[in-house]
Amino acid sequence: MPAETILLLGVNHKNTPLAVREKLALSSGYEQPLQELSKIDGIREYHLLSTCNRVEILVYASEDVMVEKALQKFLFGDALSPEEYDKYLYLYRNEEAVHHLFLVAASLDSMIVGESQILGQLKEAYRWASEKKCTGPILNKLLHKSFSVAKRVRTETCIGSSAVSISFAAIELAKKIFSSLENKRVLLIGAGEMAELAAEHLVGNGAKDVVVANRTLERALDLAKRYNGQAVGLDEVVDQLERVDIIVSSTGAPNVILHKADVKPVMRNRLNKPLFFIDIAVPRDLDPELNDLDNVYLYDIDDLHNVVELNKAERDKEAIKAKRIVDEEALKFKDWLAGLAIIPTIAALRKKGGQVCRLELERTLPRLKNLSDAERKTVEKMAGAIVSRLLHDPVVFLKSESCTDQSDMKVDLYRSIFGLEKE
Amino acid sequence: MLSEINYLLFNSVLLVSFVACAVYLVFFFSQKEKLRKVARMIFIASGILQSCYIFSRYLIAGYTPITSQHEAVVFFAWSVTWAYLSFHWRYSVRNFGTFVSVLVFIMLVIAAFASRDFQSLAPALQSMWLPVHAGVSVMAYGFLALAFCGGIMYLLQERELKSKKFGFFFTRLPSLDSLDQLNSHCLAAGFVFLTLGIISGSVWARQAWGTYWHWDPKETWSLITWFLYAAQIHQRFTVGWRGKRAAVMAIVGFCAVLFTLWGVTYLLGGVHSYAR
Repeated sequence: MPAETILLLGVNHKNTPLAVREKLALSSGYEQPLQELSKIDGIREYHLLSTCNRVEILVYASEDVMVEKALQKFLFGDALSPEEYDKYLYLYRNEEAVHHLFLVAASLDSMIVGESQILGQLKEAYRWASEKKCTGPILNKLLHKSFSVAKRVRTETCIGSSAVSISFAAIELAKKIFSSLENKRVLLIGAGEMAELAAEHLVGNGAKDVVVANRTLERALDLAKRYNGQAVGLDEVVDQLERVDIIVSSTGAPNVILHKADVKPVMRNRLNKPLFFIDIAVPRDLDPELNDLDNVYLYDIDDLHNVVELNKAERDKEAIKAKRIVDEEALKFKDWLAGLAIIPTIAALRKKGGQVCRLELERTLPRLKNLSDAERKTVEKMAGAIVSRLLHDPVVFLKSESCTDQSDMKVDLYRSIFGLEKE
Repeated sequence: MLSEINYLLFNSVLLVSFVACAVYLVFFFSQKEKLRKVARMIFIASGILQSCYIFSRYLIAGYTPITSQHEAVVFFAWSVTWAYLSFHWRYSVRNFGTFVSVLVFIMLVIAAFASRDFQSLAPALQSMWLPVHAGVSVMAYGFLALAFCGGIMYLLQERELKSKKFGFFFTRLPSLDSLDQLNSHCLAAGFVFLTLGIISGSVWARQAWGTYWHWDPKETWSLITWFLYAAQIHQRFTVGWRGKRAAVMAIVGFCAVLFTLWGVTYLLGGVHSYAR
């Protein structure tokens, strides 16, 4: 049987442009892609993460080039030719994969380092994977560990406090376009979580009216109510453009929903008062050419990144601290993983037995004062024999056929039963 | 004695303006709030010294010193300085001072190269209209120069925002909206003075030459400048010419102002060409 390995491959905002990412993003949810993944041979456990900034596949599978090929094919689909894969793709194995996952969870690999959305997205992705029984002992442990790493980073460093979300970056920009947000009107296209977050920030900075346009009016009404705003249908967006100043678009629509030709006549009607478009949807909602219009400023997710770079230096210091935590935890996980092999487990078990034996002897022998040297030897021997007798069957079990297949779960359980984790 | 003081005064104006400009530039790079206050104090000092210098020239010459090339430019610099300071009193625009102080310093350097001699006043200019007409016109130029500075700042900032490459200017320059407002306010003030300048000029022309208007090159170019600004203001209120277009127009308008002030005198001549 070939050796097993943890494999992580994907694309992210660092080396893949938005135009490519939006082709790969799974807009249809996790269910179907997870099912497709399960069809790939040689995969034991799998997990999938798709956000606007990254698409990553994490699997525990046999070490086989064919598996890697199949995963790449799955990731890129028909969007790119195999020759182009290398340009964007990153692929990590074992320790490197663990390390990368921890970095992602701790928001150190995020476009906006320190933002907290990624952890929620990762948890959501994991919920899907575990519900569909895609993950097993290895990935379960790994993902749970990544959550706790993220928490540790958050509590032990200040990376979250100066963290700036996408919306924060948007506000920086808005303040360079409009001198203040007082009395500015906001239009949300799409009423998702991101839109909500953006609205909260904008209103917090003085924006006055919030108009929500959504496919389902009900959700729009819900959100609008919270800001004493108004809810409209998606077809009314163009009319609303005459009255608003800041537009945050975050629908899950597969195509562009607002074109340059729609906005151009609006500018005349609003006497060229500036319009600030923020497109946080992937795939993009807004025509990139909007930015060519006078007094129209369009920013998509990647552009917002640049704003965030501005106050990067501060966070870089904290990021170093956070990286150390990640390194540390990745090493610990590596040890755990190594321990899962059968031979080290037997060794650890024997070692523990020997330790217990020695400890008890040291406690008992001083109390038996009248023992001769020969008798003392006999007692020691007996203690040793009890331990090895007791351990004989478990060791045989571990070496048996039933453990070589599906071993991880058993070995993991085995290690917990005998308390081998703590060393 | 007085002329020595006068000479010293101009040199100190030049020096103080240079220092103000330098401190403003250092502030622009370092963004230390303390420096801004220092720079502003020095700039105010420069403004006061400029006033003293103009007054001392008035005492020596006995007429409003605005007729020679040197005097006109000094007066121009003075009007820019005080237009800026008066605006600053109302509201402030981030790092505007740096741009204005550079412009003022450049003007004073130009003045330094022009002849500082006193000329006897041509008979046609010996009138109480001289300070009114020339003074009001140059005040207009002062405000229009501010609009010009604002326009340049707008274009720099707008370029960074549109290209999404946030470099040196992004954090240092104010918001587009405040620059556009600055443009509109300076233009409004400048336009009022410009109109008054042309009206006072034509009234004076009626007294001096008998007709209100006789298409002398300077008059023509003033009128062209006036129309440029009038069109701009009209367009802003009717179809919303703002932002980049307004900024470009402020720069074009100011070029017309400079041409009216210097170009006409040297290239086209005409009855207005006293200051040589």
